[in-house]
Amino acid sequence: MITLSHYIVLGAILFCIAVAGLFINRKNVIVLLMAIELMLLAVNTNFVAFSRFFGDVGGQVFVFFILTVAAAESAIGLAILVLLFRNRSTINVAEIDSMKG
Amino acid sequence: MPSINDILILLPEVYLVVAACVLLLLDAYLKPGQKGAVHWLSILVMLIGAYLVVSGQPATPVTAFSGMFVRDGVAEVLKLFSLLITAVIFVYARPYLKERAIPFGEFYTLTIFATVGIMFLVSAGSLVTVYLGLELLTLSSYALVALNRDSPLSSEAAIKYFVLGALASGMLLYGMSMVYGATHSLDLHTIHAAIVGTEWKTLLLFGLVFMIVGIGFKLGAAPFHMWIPDVYQGSPTAVTVFIGSAQKLAAFGMAYRLLSTGMGDAAGGATGLAPQWQLMLAVLAVLSLAIGNLVAIVQTNLKRLLAYSTISHMGYLLLGLVNAGPEGYSASMFYAVSYALTSAAAFGMILVLSRSGFECEEIDDLRGLNQRSPWFAFLMLLVMFSLAGVPPLFGFFGKLLVLKAAVDAGMLWLALVGAVFAIIGLYYYLRVVKVMYFDQPAEGTDVRATADAPARWVLSINALALLVLGFTWAPLLAWCQRAFAS
Repeated sequence: MITLSHYIVLGAILFCIAVAGLFINRKNVIVLLMAIELMLLAVNTNFVAFSRFFGDVGGQVFVFFILTVAAAESAIGLAILVLLFRNRSTINVAEIDSMKG
Repeated sequence: MPSINDILILLPEVYLVVAACVLLLLDAYLKPGQKGAVHWLSILVMLIGAYLVVSGQPATPVTAFSGMFVRDGVAEVLKLFSLLITAVIFVYARPYLKERAIPFGEFYTLTIFATVGIMFLVSAGSLVTVYLGLELLTLSSYALVALNRDSPLSSEAAIKYFVLGALASGMLLYGMSMVYGATHSLDLHTIHAAIVGTEWKTLLLFGLVFMIVGIGFKLGAAPFHMWIPDVYQGSPTAVTVFIGSAQKLAAFGMAYRLLSTGMGDAAGGATGLAPQWQLMLAVLAVLSLAIGNLVAIVQTNLKRLLAYSTISHMGYLLLGLVNAGPEGYSASMFYAVSYALTSAAAFGMILVLSRSGFECEEIDDLRGLNQRSPWFAFLMLLVMFSLAGVPPLFGFFGKLLVLKAAVDAGMLWLALVGAVFAIIGLYYYLRVVKVMYFDQPAEGTDVRATADAPARWVLSINALALLVLGFTWAPLLAWCQRAFAS
């Protein structure tokens, strides 16, 4: 029997993978974008699970909004990435360090 | 069911969205020589928006769309000042954008959309509206930071802002999902009512911590401040001034809605989670004051210096929020307004002193400004003294009020930390003044105010307002207090 806590743990695991992906990754900015998407999906899992178990439809409506905004967010992220590559010819995270202090 | 009344409550926002779309279309059809029209129209659009906010303000707080949107006194003050400050920013930005060939239309429409995001954020009555307002604001800001398409610094700042911003909204959302799980509601008032009886206290506390991370990031409070210096330095100054001033009002509004309306405050007995979030904000405040003020001392870049100064100012803003009562909120809002006005003038000064091929962004670039443009050196002196909190300037009263709010909340130690760091902060503001007045200009440099007349006039008014408001701050404070009294 799958209970609410199973879904919450799944959401937490996905979220932790996403945060680890953001902090450990030193290679590629595209991986960062993937980690961000994964993070939003973890949130969606949580919302849908709570919404389903409490019989309140509000959480599922919120998920639609999150999905829509996530699409816009990755569009802007990829656009900035293209710009970055054109200006610096690299998308290596370790090399994006011209501002310090 | 939504009715026409709901739309009327949202009139300023609806108007701004329509106006921004019209401007975008207009910009596409104008010939290159006529693009200046977009500039004047945008300023007009902002001023009409400010008029709609004030003229349509209901006497008592009203809600629209089943409580998702709130129009009350707090929203009125924050919206009015963000609209007016954005209009002022447009005036400063024009010569800068023109000389660097940054596309006019994109800058103005994106800034207007970001302002609409601010307006939704400060009027939010539910977690959905908080999130949508925040994303409208930040997504527009990402694009604005990257607007200088050929500058490597600008695109580096944009990618850093984007990744950290997306991380912060992810954290905020994760917190929201937990709060939703514990209270079964997205409406902030219902959440507040459900907190007292809930058996899911642990889940709720988890949610609160994640939401405070999101709020701390938006404010730029340490330890979530990493993006601030790079974004301030890398983005075009015309965008930095927007991120550094109007957005701080939005961050305050967001913190107030989520924490006070949603999580409960110290007033009225039913405390909710107020003791917990007060403590967390106190920690953020001390860290911001320390990191902001100490790291600012070693900066040589003026934009970076102002970035660290922002972090320390957000520490002061948090001192007022820590009070968790109407008095503390009004002190904090007063502080947010005074900081937004002052930082608009500070970055406005950089814009006015910059010209084609010369960014006035190193502190050394200001050397001997007094010999070249004594008037602007004097204005910069006012701005720096106001940031440092020297009486009788505007910034002083904001600091006084938030320190008093912290003392009243029984956190004398916090107020003492704030006072000590205010003195440390004085050093780096005075260094800028010293460079302007007592250093000789370097060989071959020629720093002077070259921007067009409207920008110079508005900057003069903005900086002098800091002096005038230093004497006539009482009405503004009374207005802030009225907003929280209802």
